[in-house]
Amino acid sequence: MNIPVLKFDAVIVGAGGAGLRSAIQLSEAGLKTAVLSKVFPTRSHTVAAQGGVAASLGNSEEDHWRWHMYDTVKGSDWLGDQDAIEFMCKKAVEVVVELEHYGMPFDRTDNGKIYQRPFGGHMSNFGEKPVRRSCAAADRTGHAMLHAMYQRNVKANTQFFVEWMALDLIRDSEGHVVGVTAMEMETGQVVIFHTRATIFATGGAGRIFHSSTNAFINTGDGLGMAARAGIPLEDMEFWQFHPTGVAGAGVLITEGVRGEGGILRNNSKERFMERYAPNAKDLASRDVVSRAMATEIKEGRGCGPNKDYVLLDITHLDPATIMKRLPGIREISIQFAGVDPIKEPIPVVPTCHYQMGGIPTNYAGRVIVPDNGSFDNVVPGFYAAGECACASVHGANRLGTNSLLDLLVFGKSAGDSAVEDLKNGKAHRDLPANAADYSLSRVAAIDSRKGGSSVAEARLAIQRTMQDHAGVFRFNDMLKKGAAQILEVEKQVLNLEIKDKSQVWNTARMEALETENLIEVAKATMISAEARKESRGAHVRDDAPDTPEFPNGRNDKEWLKHTIWHRDGNKIEYKPVNLNPLTVETVALKTRSY
Amino acid sequence: MTKRTVQFSIYRYDPDKDERPYMQDISVELDSTDRKLLDALTKLKALDDGISYRRSCREGVCGSDAMNINGKNGLACLTDIDSLKQPIVLRPLPGLPVIRDLIVDMTQFFKQYHSIKPYLINNDPAPERERLQSPEDREELNGLYECILCACCSTSCPSFWWNPDKFVGPAGLLAAYRFLADTRDQATNERLDNLEDPYRLFRCHTIMNCVDVCPKGLNPTKAIGKIKEMMVKRAI
Repeated sequence: MNIPVLKFDAVIVGAGGAGLRSAIQLSEAGLKTAVLSKVFPTRSHTVAAQGGVAASLGNSEEDHWRWHMYDTVKGSDWLGDQDAIEFMCKKAVEVVVELEHYGMPFDRTDNGKIYQRPFGGHMSNFGEKPVRRSCAAADRTGHAMLHAMYQRNVKANTQFFVEWMALDLIRDSEGHVVGVTAMEMETGQVVIFHTRATIFATGGAGRIFHSSTNAFINTGDGLGMAARAGIPLEDMEFWQFHPTGVAGAGVLITEGVRGEGGILRNNSKERFMERYAPNAKDLASRDVVSRAMATEIKEGRGCGPNKDYVLLDITHLDPATIMKRLPGIREISIQFAGVDPIKEPIPVVPTCHYQMGGIPTNYAGRVIVPDNGSFDNVVPGFYAAGECACASVHGANRLGTNSLLDLLVFGKSAGDSAVEDLKNGKAHRDLPANAADYSLSRVAAIDSRKGGSSVAEARLAIQRTMQDHAGVFRFNDMLKKGAAQILEVEKQVLNLEIKDKSQVWNTARMEALETENLIEVAKATMISAEARKESRGAHVRDDAPDTPEFPNGRNDKEWLKHTIWHRDGNKIEYKPVNLNPLTVETVALKTRSY
Repeated sequence: MTKRTVQFSIYRYDPDKDERPYMQDISVELDSTDRKLLDALTKLKALDDGISYRRSCREGVCGSDAMNINGKNGLACLTDIDSLKQPIVLRPLPGLPVIRDLIVDMTQFFKQYHSIKPYLINNDPAPERERLQSPEDREELNGLYECILCACCSTSCPSFWWNPDKFVGPAGLLAAYRFLADTRDQATNERLDNLEDPYRLFRCHTIMNCVDVCPKGLNPTKAIGKIKEMMVKRAI
């Protein structure tokens, strides 16, 4: 088939925070760049981030990037790579200040500086007491940030391909990435983007779980594309369950609510976090708070007729503070929980929120894969940043506000690396023969299949399997069952049938293609989780309990290592954690408590 | 809320197979947990996967699922199903070309947004740290920066229907004032020049449909009034 080929220096797949931040680097360097996005850029899921972005500006009290680094390593349960964590925490001030210069409407302190609030796990002086580190625009930080970065790209004349869905990564016989195939949603036309640099900024895949704070579009498209092209995925067993999703609806209630003084209560109105985290209390790390909530519910201290949620209480706060600092939360509570938080507490449950793992990269945003005994082999022409990537700064558990920081720092560094490589690099490498055939055959199969499973059924099967087998608490037998079951669900996903045959804005076909990406992420998660026989961060299993030998169930002797999942044969291998920062001494291993 | 069956009448048009648009009558059984119109659309799509609409965040911040609901523009994800008279009539946003079903071509809408230079202009060398802004000056941006570009306002505005190529429309003008009101922005004159035209700004006849439909409770008419005030002040 004769497929149109569009030639660019670089293509960025995804126009959320990481993609837009990369695009600024490439556009301002004058490179011919295409940014592809399934949705208009400001509809990307960064828009839903609420509470803030971490940076040790020290605007309200003393702070230091080394304290931020310590908190991030501890938050990661020591699974984060300390070179990448140092890089991120050190760069935080610079990228947040840049954002302010782009026009981001941060809230302000009385002396006109960026307003900062406390957030879970962010402490002063190496874990002493909560510190105001989260830079915020009310409780709409992601929205303000995404719009500011889109606007900066308008200024920089970035070329967007809006409502285009990337289908597959194109690699040549030597493994170099030479572009992607993509479909224009309005026409159904498949096109090849032939490039010298390809940056994935496709976001997370929170839709693998049934109960999720994530948008419909968060289907792990970049991870699916990478996996199908032979790129392994790192640490996929680690998923963050955000403590406060609205019970039933799943919509996010920011941790900033607790940062502003909100308190979690059980059915006897007890502030139960005092028992689980005597020092940080409600501002302990997210995995710790989610487990505490799940334990309260499991032990019969939940609220409501079914005792299946706890309450987030801000009724003691001044209504003026709520209106000024948390106006969006009030809207969400009224809309999705039917309660006005000024008068009544909000019913909340731990809800799937963030994918700590992803496409393995170094801190320069270059994708790295194992080969010949080394784990640091760069895939030429391929970069990744943001939630789809694993640098790895979040390790086994991400701190709140570090995701917006991650997408700024690594969006920028991936962009810078691409600029550097393009300036030093040569001409476009040849496209392999029939570079679009794989994508075309996938699309044709979906279009023509009869008697298969519907997208709605298959997607629900994925989400149910993940929810039931890989939740906040994980059990050996359930993990085993789940790993077997997801391979059965895969057969269903490889046999999808759609009724809609139109070439024009065929959302049924798009959802089928998304489901083929979701299943790759679900398999990677289930199989990696089954294999890791310890508890660490967000991955907690019953057969790795808290003992004096293994505090919190963490086993550093055997499991201080990253999981690397290969799609081919569902093979797992492990790579060492980098405990060596760039310039400072190692944050030494320690039992984690808050 | 309980299990219930809800009747819909939905605008359908697939240029690949339909000669002309038609209204499809369809009903769907909803669970007690289905509160919002978008929940119902998800169920409808499981019945008929051809029903086409945009959606993403399902919490009213991304602006994807704007549509005309029983004659009024709104977001499906923020609209309570049980507040609507049945059959619930769903049409694409008025005034923009329909691509398919509830999906409109938003090119003209974004063209107008881009025309007001929606980015901060400040030509001073960037300081090492943040530019300072007092909390009071920052407060001026409240009610402006929260826009989600859903187009509910502009596509409910008769002036925009008649002159979508010449009148910036409420969303674009709200954004224009967002930068005019920002103490960090230095392009006030340039921005006012850009709007001083019989159509771009002055086609607003304060009909206020925009205010009535904005799902974020914003007030573009007020922002437009402020721009007009700035023009007057500049003239004297």
